[in-house]
Amino acid sequence: MASGMLWASRAAACLRISVFHRGFSTVLKDLKYADSHEWVKVTGNAATIGITDHAQDHLGDVVYVELPEVGAAVKQGDSFGAVESVKATSDINSPVSGKVVEVNEELSNSPALVNSSPYEAGWIIKVEMNDAGELKNLMDSEKYSKFCEEEDSKH
Amino acid sequence: MPACIHELFVEFIVSVYHRHHHTYMHAFGIGLTGLVVALGYLMKQKNHHISLPLQLLLPRRFGITDSSFYVCGPALKDIKGKSPSLKFERRKKNTRPGILVRQLHIEEQLLRTSSENWCIINDGTNDPTIVMGFSGKPAELLEIESVLHDQVPVIRRFTGGGTVIVDHQTIFVTFICNKETVPDLQPYPRPIMSWSSSLYSKVFGGIGDFHLRENDYVFGNHKFGGNAQSITKNKWIHHTSFLWDFDVRNMAYLKLPKLAPAYRSARGHLDFICRLKDYMPRSTFIDKTVEAAGTQFSLRSLELEAVVTCSETEFRPSTRFLTNEELAAAAAAVSEQQLGLP
Repeated sequence: MASGMLWASRAAACLRISVFHRGFSTVLKDLKYADSHEWVKVTGNAATIGITDHAQDHLGDVVYVELPEVGAAVKQGDSFGAVESVKATSDINSPVSGKVVEVNEELSNSPALVNSSPYEAGWIIKVEMNDAGELKNLMDSEKYSKFCEEEDSKH
Repeated sequence: MPACIHELFVEFIVSVYHRHHHTYMHAFGIGLTGLVVALGYLMKQKNHHISLPLQLLLPRRFGITDSSFYVCGPALKDIKGKSPSLKFERRKKNTRPGILVRQLHIEEQLLRTSSENWCIINDGTNDPTIVMGFSGKPAELLEIESVLHDQVPVIRRFTGGGTVIVDHQTIFVTFICNKETVPDLQPYPRPIMSWSSSLYSKVFGGIGDFHLRENDYVFGNHKFGGNAQSITKNKWIHHTSFLWDFDVRNMAYLKLPKLAPAYRSARGHLDFICRLKDYMPRSTFIDKTVEAAGTQFSLRSLELEAVVTCSETEFRPSTRFLTNEELAAAAAAVSEQQLGLP
């Protein structure tokens, strides 16, 4: 049992996955996270943005994603689009400021990608950042995991 | 561009509510588009009890022989030492479907720009109006030819959810709350929906086997209330259209939706829905809703001028009418698709 768990945590480390001890929301190690449950993957000045596994799990089946226009400006903490799930529209807020350079058109036909693959195929927008210093306002995977734990335990 | 509230709501009427004989009189004349009775209490969250008197606001009349009244009770609730405040608006019946758009604009603006908690109760709109959710596709949801022929207005609202056709019989109840307002409530669709059903359980108190079923309010397995929400970073809105009564002919404008709840079991509109009036008098429903809200919030009155006015901010609401051209184009696109045309 112990060796099995050790193997699992080694595998998780290789796959850059950290898993809650409760095990039902995934958090990826190399990403940064906003307290409104969006993730951002940064490569140089380029940022890819989506919503986290925690968010998609709590929102329910996504039936529609409202995407911004390419070229639109986004600001850290401000809404740039929305997802619709169940009977609700929920804002998606940008973890960084910059300009939208690409949107995930696949979501127009397959909005459920946000549920099935929130960190990969379900990405929402790509942004050219104008202030990398803002990243310090975001949480790393460990802090975000704790944040989600605290949020869920409060309710 | 929506008009300011002081243009929309020129009269601010409250009179004494008498339990046994209150009446609603006819809606406003030309140039006057509705009433707002804005009642709410602003309470600082302090750890002490405050006793508030029953507050009445005298009407300012503009030669209109109608009245609408609302009584605000000082229901102060000490919940864990805090008393979340709730502002009430009770709006009179209006004369034009544009007023429903304006109500939705106001709701959207309160959601986006107000730091207060709100409850808005509206007594319906005179003309039948179709209200689609955020992502509704007209060709899938509406019998567009009939809608265009009969010139039924179609609104796309800012909240999610399905399509309803509303009229003077409909009662609208809206809650707009800061996300920390309700203790232990996570600001996500299902918890908010569950919270709302517990509030309305107090209203119906076991009448008619009321419960929440797959996001609808039902008596048994018949729907009488449709819900929709919008959730921002710091606030949420939950609004409901209650089918007080309805004209069966209006249901013919709506198609059977593809995304229907499982409990509907492919029933047609008339087998699926029921009338709230068969279960409870209208005034009782509204009174009990206010009472139920009062068990969780403290209610407080405020000046009309304190209500947000649309033109004084840069806020641009997303709720709007769909034009005839848009509806016709949607119908044409479906026809082309069916004929296999590019």
